[in-house]
Amino acid sequence: MNQEAKAGEPKPPVINNSMRFRTEEAFPVLKSHFGDAVRSLSDTRPDRHILVRPGFLPEICKFLRDDPDWQCNMLHCVTGLDQAETLAVVYHLFSMPKRHFVVLKTEVLRDSPMVPTLAHIWPSADWLERETFDLFGIVFEGHPDLRRILLPDEWIGHPLRKDYEMPTHEKLRELGL
Amino acid sequence: MGLLENKFNDNVIVTSVDAVFNWARQSSLWPMSFGLACCAIEMMCTGASRYDLERFGAGVFRPSPRQADLMIVAGTVTYKMASRLKQLYDLMPEPRWVMAMGSCAIGGGPYYKHGYSVVKGVDLYVPVDIYIPGCPPHPETLLAGLLELQEKVRQDRILRKKVSA
Repeated sequence: MNQEAKAGEPKPPVINNSMRFRTEEAFPVLKSHFGDAVRSLSDTRPDRHILVRPGFLPEICKFLRDDPDWQCNMLHCVTGLDQAETLAVVYHLFSMPKRHFVVLKTEVLRDSPMVPTLAHIWPSADWLERETFDLFGIVFEGHPDLRRILLPDEWIGHPLRKDYEMPTHEKLRELGL
Repeated sequence: MGLLENKFNDNVIVTSVDAVFNWARQSSLWPMSFGLACCAIEMMCTGASRYDLERFGAGVFRPSPRQADLMIVAGTVTYKMASRLKQLYDLMPEPRWVMAMGSCAIGGGPYYKHGYSVVKGVDLYVPVDIYIPGCPPHPETLLAGLLELQEKVRQDRILRKKVSA
């Protein structure tokens, strides 16, 4: 009865807050735009990711941020990974208006872990990249202020690398900690 | 005070310096708020109505080291924090006491083996009077530690020069 009575009134807008991962849909789009810079789509669970070449990362990210279909206006998370021969960085991009995630990953050699910074695309990348640098030693080229963020400035090494050795208390005291 | 009224003349109480000073000190151990991790939740619980640390005169948590007698190190101390902890301890006026609350403050706790940033025991930086085991310790355990500390304070000999450890 009530519903019939209200039929003539304007309906309240339907708000869909569900968030989706749209990495699979992003892959062919990025492939057509950037060609070989976009390498593959993974089958990993829970988050599938698109493997991209590090040199093209800022370009791809800028596209995902500015393209009206994607509008990824938020860098949700930057994750470092130690994969033995290579180090990797995983980027979770999120779109506030579209409420979707796109996951990008890039791999660099262990000996020269250089990844271009995204701090000029999303300001939140500043501290996230500092954290990744602090714990994995991945150098973000072009970063405005690449210092340690969690550990003391005097710290030696990057603790989340697999070959990191625990420092003794005496050694840390020598560093002035 | 009906029982005592008009029974005695004005009096002088004779006691020892140690007894009166130690009684005063043990009865108002003001702790510094030094909650660093989950142990702090138990410490707050001990200070709240159910366990009521104030019964023992130790419920006045001070945010400034200059007003505190007791530092309850409640939680995980990292190397970055350790220098601050030492500085805060140095700022406390004497006499001062330190309680290491919980496994982390005693010896690194679950971070002993792989916690690269965790200090393996707060006694590497400041002298600890009472160790309170647990992960985290019950409020009863903290109260027991406080009573032990009061016992220690009671045994202090104020007029004798201390042999430095």
